[in-house]
Order: sequence, then structure tokens, then C-alpha cells
Amino acid sequence: MANTDQQNGSTTLHLVLAWGFVGIPLAWGVLQTLENALKLFQ
Amino acid sequence: MSMLSFLDRSHTIAKPGFSRWIVPPAALCIHLCIGQAYAFSVFNLPMTKLIGISKSAPGDWSLPELGWIFSIAIFVLGTSAAIFGRWVEEGGPRRAMFTAGLCWALGFFISAFGIYIHNLWVVYLGYGIFGGIGLGLGYISPVSTLIKWFPDRPGMATGMAIMGFGGAAFIASPLSVWLMAKFSTPTHVGVAETFISLGVIYLIFMWVGAAIVRIPAPGWKPEGYTPPVVQQKLITKNDVYVYDAIKTPQFWLIWWVLCLNVTAGIGVLGQASAMSQEMFPGKVSVVAAAGFVGLLSLFNMLGRFFWASTSDYIGRKNTYFCFFVLGTVLYCLVPWTGSIGSVAAFVLCFVIIMSMYGGGFATVPAYLKDMFGTRYVGAIHGWLITAWSAAGVFGPVLVNYIREYQIDHGVPKAQAYNVTMYIMAGLLVVGFLCNMMIKAVHARYHMEADRDAERGQMNVGAAAKPAGA
Repeated sequence: MANTDQQNGSTTLHLVLAWGFVGIPLAWGVLQTLENALKLFQ
Repeated sequence: MSMLSFLDRSHTIAKPGFSRWIVPPAALCIHLCIGQAYAFSVFNLPMTKLIGISKSAPGDWSLPELGWIFSIAIFVLGTSAAIFGRWVEEGGPRRAMFTAGLCWALGFFISAFGIYIHNLWVVYLGYGIFGGIGLGLGYISPVSTLIKWFPDRPGMATGMAIMGFGGAAFIASPLSVWLMAKFSTPTHVGVAETFISLGVIYLIFMWVGAAIVRIPAPGWKPEGYTPPVVQQKLITKNDVYVYDAIKTPQFWLIWWVLCLNVTAGIGVLGQASAMSQEMFPGKVSVVAAAGFVGLLSLFNMLGRFFWASTSDYIGRKNTYFCFFVLGTVLYCLVPWTGSIGSVAAFVLCFVIIMSMYGGGFATVPAYLKDMFGTRYVGAIHGWLITAWSAAGVFGPVLVNYIREYQIDHGVPKAQAYNVTMYIMAGLLVVGFLCNMMIKAVHARYHMEADRDAERGQMNVGAAAKPAGA
């Protein structure tokens, strides 16, 4: 019973929403950290 | 009742067409929240000024008293993961994630009440006990689900989730500072309101994860995936019952492998800011040191994904060999970077060390899956988390006390960490030996159904019995 993604269970929109829900806050946090980390080399 | 049945394992079975790539974000919903624990220190200073506001006043809590909040939470994380591991495994991921969210949020709400009435014991109960249970349940809840969805790349799958735990502080730290600034007034610090806000945000986030998580249907396998026909020595096709697994030497060897790898990293992580400034006086400012800590956290997070994914190709045992060999060399090089005054070399050593610290956490669920099978991997992982709790005590104590001892005996501050680095390298050598001794689990520990017939991918609801049951 092989699974084929995105037949009738999950759509691309579901995937985008799910990854956006966790990815956007994480990306924001990483950017904040990188901004601070750059001070190490200034 | 209908709400409770929604949480049942049977209601989380994926329908045909469900994309397995929805499951990592579901797991990240949990780990990005509970990883806030790494950022708890942002509350330490404000919580010492709840009465005095601008500075500590008589009756305000001290830093050592507040330090216990985190320590209790980490201790309860380990014990609850061990105690409730089997319940998590058998009840399914949704029930565990839902309960983890509830406990985690309750921890914040109770702590906010403790701050409001200024009773530290209530904060210990809230964040320490309830929050700690939320941490323990949340940490292990998505592990076996991810391994079942990604039998072709279990390291990468668990690495993604556990990467979230390492990255959570990036969100929690600035968010907490921003919330405290919003809620603070000239007569009020705003920590209690921040706790309530975080509790609400985390509850929603974690319950979204619980709602979208699914387990694969019986017999499901990824499209085009065929389990390897030739069995590798260190990748079992059999399952080991959780309470049999903890009787095996393999479990305790992996326990020490994790404990030693974490001990070597955690002590440094806690002292990174002070260490960088003391080893390079005049070269690393307070602001730059904060940047260094951020960089370490970033590599801690990235290492979780990188090393766990790499382990799918080179094997778990070899991945840990990399950690121990490379780690030993790098720890021995750190005093040299101090002696030549190279900040860049110092930073390079530690970012690699931190990537392997994170990698150790992220690779271990797949290591357990290889040794003990898929069925009780979450519960076994729960028991293994006690190694983290132990390392949480060993690591900082080693670094702090050895540094103090060195300074008390006249060693300059810039060189006070040298002995610590060599001791850390020694710990990694012991870890290397433990890893080397790991062999395949003896067949007498395999569950009975597995002895009769080798299985492909087994479901939790199947009727296999523990060995000797």
C-alpha cells in the first residue's frame, strides 16, 4: 500500500500552511540571532 | 467524550493521500514550544526585581533560588519521559501532544500565579513540575511517529523535530523580552503577564500540532521504498519491549554515549559568554560574547538536522565516532586558540563542537530504533532522556568547579579553562569506548511475535508480547 502524496488527503496548500506555521517564527528567530551574532565579528 | 475520542490513536490514522511531510511541522509545533526552556534565563534577572523593580529589594528572590526552576524542570523532563514513555507510545501521538500542551501551558499559568502572590514554591510547582511534565511528554511524543513515517530516513525525520527544540530559544528569547517590555510599568516588571501570554501562545501552537499529526495506516510504506533485504548487523528488524530494552547493556552504553556527549557540550554552552571574554580579554566585548552565544545556539540547532540526516547515510555508530574523535581533537585545540589569541579559531572550534552536541540529541532516537526496533522507541527514548538530566548536572558542575579551583590556585583567568577542555576531551574518549562496545541486541530480548516471523513495519496495536510475558 504505497502512499502517493497529495491525492485527496493533503494538498500543497496544507503543506505550505503547516510549514509556514512553524517556519516563519523560526526564520524570524534565526534572523534575530544572526543579527546579534554579527556583532562578534565587528 | 467526543473530544477525548478525537485524541485516540485510532482517530489519528492517516487516510490515503495524506502527505507524510505534514508530520514534521506537527512535531515542530511541539518542539518549538517546549524548547523555550533553553531561553528561561531571560526571566532570571527580572524575577530578582519583582518587588524592588529597578533593583533587588529585601524579599526579592535570589538568582540561585531562581536557578532551581530550570533544574527542577529538566529533572522532571527526564523522569516524566521515563515514567510516561509507555503511555505515550501506546496512547498515540495526539493524546501525548495534547497533554503535553496542557501541562506546558498550565506550568506558565501556575507560575504566573506564583509570581502574582510572590511564592517561589508555586513557581517551582508550575514551571518545574507541570512544565517539566509537559517537556518530557512533548519531547518524546512525535519521535516514534516520525520514525514510522520515514523508515527510509529516520535520522533526518527525528533530526527535524529535535532541531526545533534547539531553535525554540531563538523565538522565545526575543518574544519574552518584547512581551516583558510591553507589560512592564514603572511599578511593575510584567513577568506574570508575559507568562500568561506565553502559556496561551504555546497552548494554541501545541494543540495545532496535536490536531494535524497522523500515524501511518497499517502496512503503509513510502512510495518506491523497499526495506533493505540484506539485514545490517546494527539495524534490527525486531522490536524490544521497553522494560526489556533497559535491561540490555546496549541501552546503558547508549545512555553513557549520550550522557558524555551532552556533558561535554552543556557545560560549555552555559559558560560560553564568560569563557570567551576571559580567554580573550580586551578582544571579546560583552555584546560580542552575546553574539557568540547566539552563534553557538544556531549551530546547536543546525547540527541537529545535519548530523541526524548524515547518520542515515554513514550509520549511527559512525556518526557518534565522528562526534567523539572530532570533539576530542577540537577540545584539545581550544587552549591553543587561546594561546595564539585567535578568536576566529576559538569560535570555529566551538561552533563545530556545538553542532555535535545538538547532533548527539538528534541522532539518538534513530540509534535506538536501529537497536530496539520501532515499536517502543518513544518509550525507550523516554528512559534515555535521564542521561540528559544527569549531564545537566555533571556538565555545568565540572566546568564551574574546575574553573574556580584553577583560579583559586593562581592560574590566570585566560588559562583557567584549559584543564576543563582536556577533561572534556577525556570524557569524549570514554564515550568513544562506550560507542565501540555497542553490538546488536541479543535475540532473547526480542518480542515473542518477532521471534516467529520477521516483520516489515509493525503497528503498536498488534499482539506481540514482551519477551517472557
